[in-house]
Amino acid sequence: MAEMRGFLRSDGRKGIRNVIVVAYLVECAHHVARRIVTLCDDMDVHLIGFPGCYPNSYAFQIMTKLCTHPNVGGVLLLSLGCESFNREALRQAVAASGRPVETLVIQQAGGTKATIEAGRAAVARLKAIADQTPVVPMARHELVVGTICGGSDGTSGITANPAVGRCFDWLVEAGATCIFEETGELVGCERIMSDRAVTPELGAEIEACVQKAERYYTIMGFGSFAPGNAEGGLTTQEEKSMGAYSKSGSSPISGLIKPGDIPPSGGLYLMDVVPDGEPRFGFPNISDNAEIVELIASGSHLILFTTGRGSVVGSAISPVIKVCANPETYSRLSEDMDVNAGRILEGKATLDEVGAEILGLVEAAAAGDRTVSEALGHQEFILTYKSFEPVGPACLPTRAA
Amino acid sequence: MSTPISPLILLHPDDNVLVVRAAIRAGDALDIDGARVTATQDVTVGHKLARRALAAGDKVLKYGAPIGSMTATVDVGGHVHMHNMKSDYIASHTRQVVGGSEGGH
Repeated sequence: MAEMRGFLRSDGRKGIRNVIVVAYLVECAHHVARRIVTLCDDMDVHLIGFPGCYPNSYAFQIMTKLCTHPNVGGVLLLSLGCESFNREALRQAVAASGRPVETLVIQQAGGTKATIEAGRAAVARLKAIADQTPVVPMARHELVVGTICGGSDGTSGITANPAVGRCFDWLVEAGATCIFEETGELVGCERIMSDRAVTPELGAEIEACVQKAERYYTIMGFGSFAPGNAEGGLTTQEEKSMGAYSKSGSSPISGLIKPGDIPPSGGLYLMDVVPDGEPRFGFPNISDNAEIVELIASGSHLILFTTGRGSVVGSAISPVIKVCANPETYSRLSEDMDVNAGRILEGKATLDEVGAEILGLVEAAAAGDRTVSEALGHQEFILTYKSFEPVGPACLPTRAA
Repeated sequence: MSTPISPLILLHPDDNVLVVRAAIRAGDALDIDGARVTATQDVTVGHKLARRALAAGDKVLKYGAPIGSMTATVDVGGHVHMHNMKSDYIASHTRQVVGGSEGGH
């Protein structure tokens, strides 16, 4: 197998991809940005953006973390001109990270056609600079891997999720950073989970953040539970939670982070995705890709996505590895899946064998192999409004030490 | 092994439900803890069957952990799902709740 390698960034972090992102800073610039990306016809030129015209410090923080993500080699910012997004502050943050960055303002560049032409030329310049990034060997302990489940059913918690848990255990053992999330899908597991925290104070923070999630979702009127979950045999939020929880494996939990926080060292981290304060902007994450974006903003090089009903999504910036839990779903959607964890249900493979297969695919992706969703061109992206308070000192005991 | 693998899995010794790992048809003979039970309906992969007779108010245990409570009685081998159990936390919803029968979100 090819060796893992990384694109070395000025902060010392390494990326497993060298993506040019074209980022629209308001929905009004979306079409122009998308045309630029489409006309570039390059698997490593990706579209991201924030649709809102009102300011939001969470969205600014996430956009900044994404534009300075290790997998990103250059950035083109697309502004209409009158939106409130602070394009100059974002440009400066990207420039300070050592990456090439250009800004196009549609109102100043002569409108749609002129900006699309200017954008194509800008991407070519950015790519030429990004291509000079040194490529260096990468080790397991340098990997940051996030996990999410989508379209869960009654098989997810038996096959794909615990198999990802095995992979996480081996990665953490090797010193890598692993992130699991969606505290609304951990309702019911809070006590079991807090027992795994490296300090009792962190355990208390974990219980509190799950209680926050339960309260928030109760006000929303729905748990993090879709009709397809029920059709797939899951009956309650806590049943879904117990299955989702097994993605975390069995390592101690080293810290609790919020979207965009970069874990300070290797280990297993829980991401608290539920906004603080009274609900203001609606559901915490309106669909799976909103969660994936947050995992990437916290530095994830790639995402392990488990699915029972059969999700087909990928993501901009970081490759997604699809682990299919249900053998019947796999038989229908095999061309969208990287791993058939349903073999466990059929008695044809063990959790350890599937876990090892997932780890092998992580390393292959970090060596440059395209994942299935990546090769199919899936680059979904969504970012909406949220508000967070910073994490307290008890949440990151390793940083305090 | 010469015997075919069971269509049911026990995830934890304390559990009072079993998970269906291969689709079951009404009339299939099931072995539940040594007792022979006839399936009363079709049940698809990922769903749960009662390992013991359960009554309203009983906690349902899966992965060795409580995943909700019964709202009605069920016999050994009966389907355990939204018609006879509920969350102890947040109510679950189906497509019918929002936007009509083919709504969804």
